[in-house]
Amino acid sequence: MHTPPFDIAAVRRDFPILQLPIERPVAFLDSASSSQKPEAVIAAQAAYYRTTNANVHRGVYQLSEQATYEFERARGRVALFIHAHSAREIVFTRNTTEAINLVAHSWGGTNLSAGDVILLSQMEHHSNIVPWQLLAQRTGAILRAIPIDSSGRLILDDLDTLLKGVKLVAVTHQSNVLGTINPVHYLASKAHAVGALILVDGAQSVPHMPTDVQALGIDFLAFSGHKMLAPTGVGVLWGRKALLDAMPPFMGGGSMIKTVTIEVSTYADVPARFEAGTPMIGEAIALGHAIDYLNGIGMAKIAAYEETLGHYLLDQLAEVAGVTVYGPPIGPERAAMASFTVDCAHPHDVAQVLDSEGVAVRAGHHCTQPLHAALDIPSTARASCYLYNTTHDIDRLVDGLRKVKTLFA
Amino acid sequence: MSDMYRDLILEHHRYPHNYGTLDPHDVSQEEHNPLCGDRIRLDLRIADGKIAEVAFSGKGCAVSQAAASMLTDELIGMDVNTARAYGKEDVLELIGLPLDKNPVRLKCALLSLKAMKVGLYRYLGQKLDADELD
Repeated sequence: MHTPPFDIAAVRRDFPILQLPIERPVAFLDSASSSQKPEAVIAAQAAYYRTTNANVHRGVYQLSEQATYEFERARGRVALFIHAHSAREIVFTRNTTEAINLVAHSWGGTNLSAGDVILLSQMEHHSNIVPWQLLAQRTGAILRAIPIDSSGRLILDDLDTLLKGVKLVAVTHQSNVLGTINPVHYLASKAHAVGALILVDGAQSVPHMPTDVQALGIDFLAFSGHKMLAPTGVGVLWGRKALLDAMPPFMGGGSMIKTVTIEVSTYADVPARFEAGTPMIGEAIALGHAIDYLNGIGMAKIAAYEETLGHYLLDQLAEVAGVTVYGPPIGPERAAMASFTVDCAHPHDVAQVLDSEGVAVRAGHHCTQPLHAALDIPSTARASCYLYNTTHDIDRLVDGLRKVKTLFA
Repeated sequence: MSDMYRDLILEHHRYPHNYGTLDPHDVSQEEHNPLCGDRIRLDLRIADGKIAEVAFSGKGCAVSQAAASMLTDELIGMDVNTARAYGKEDVLELIGLPLDKNPVRLKCALLSLKAMKVGLYRYLGQKLDADELD
């Protein structure tokens, strides 16, 4: 194990929950589900409610102006974080799911018709499948999926055939189960070559690696705050401005209008057009502070550290007899997470025994039933790392797995 | 945890009682838990208003398998109306696990009960109130 590229002990001290004894401090290995929050983020959200609380874009009084300023500053930080051209390309949503639904409803409802194809992949999270099914039911569009090989990578040999008739490619940047990092830039160029757009589910990638939407060459990016140190309830849709400008509203209500009569309304410019009602002000401000925290360490350093953790995780799991890990082998196309099964115990039992050892992992299908069907397993246990994890957490996981083996063998 | 995986649970998980299927049967009902993909099928033969034979099959966690194994032991010879009225508290007492504050694992423990009740109500031509399964 190389020396971490930042002070990991200091980082751990920033996270109050990692100091809590449950029976002993938790080895939290479920950040792919939702990350822990540093004090700076918790304090920023509390500070909004303590000192700045007022609605945004409405009042002419100082508190509202201050709240609006902080809220819009957070939008700007998000834009910089992913290299958007402008903060106007950043739409605050509740989460990744809502961001994808927004595109499906608003862009898809306008631009797709019967027979048009939406190309997904076999490894998508339900949030990047079901919105397109709903759209397909409304429009007559057709869903198609890029298959995966036995190591959990996309099979791209027949991509040109798969792309026939495709109007939109919707793929995850990083699988929430396999840890596979997909070649998004390549998929974007292939999609554009046939006149299709590409939406990327960045829920698992944006928290863990530098993100540059220009370099990726994509059209839409959806991600969630709560997986990147921010509170629940705030997510992001980024879209190219020209695309967003041409899209009709998603939900109607306050804030998203220019003029309203009883009969008809005109709509606000983006991003306000897609932000009906009072938004998640404190959460968005806290997301801005989460981004500051991540930038303070550096996304490249975080990615480098997680790569070493990922190597260690896979190496250690390989040492436990009877453990089968799914996904690609160790390498740059593999994130620091592992979904696995244990030959003698069901994933729920594995997770329960690990919990009793103070190790938090997730068990189930992780909202990827089509992927688990392709792997021909009903469920897996999943250990996922973030910047605050250490090799000690992974050692505790492995010790716990040996307990599982003893108990169930 | 020590409670959840005490010897009796592990014993029933390793060596489940009444594992298999019945053919012919009077009741055959499969239920699954969408959270984890577990499936349990429960078959019953009924004679003179009593459960004469019972078998379960399927795959799942230790809790769901052990609960099914213990429940099937309990059901043999039971009056159909008694079985129909069998409930969550009965199963929890039977398996001896305090799962009231563990809703995820509670679903595991009650999967076989759900199969039994859904199947039995259908056999009796009666409507099962969804509340009975909560």
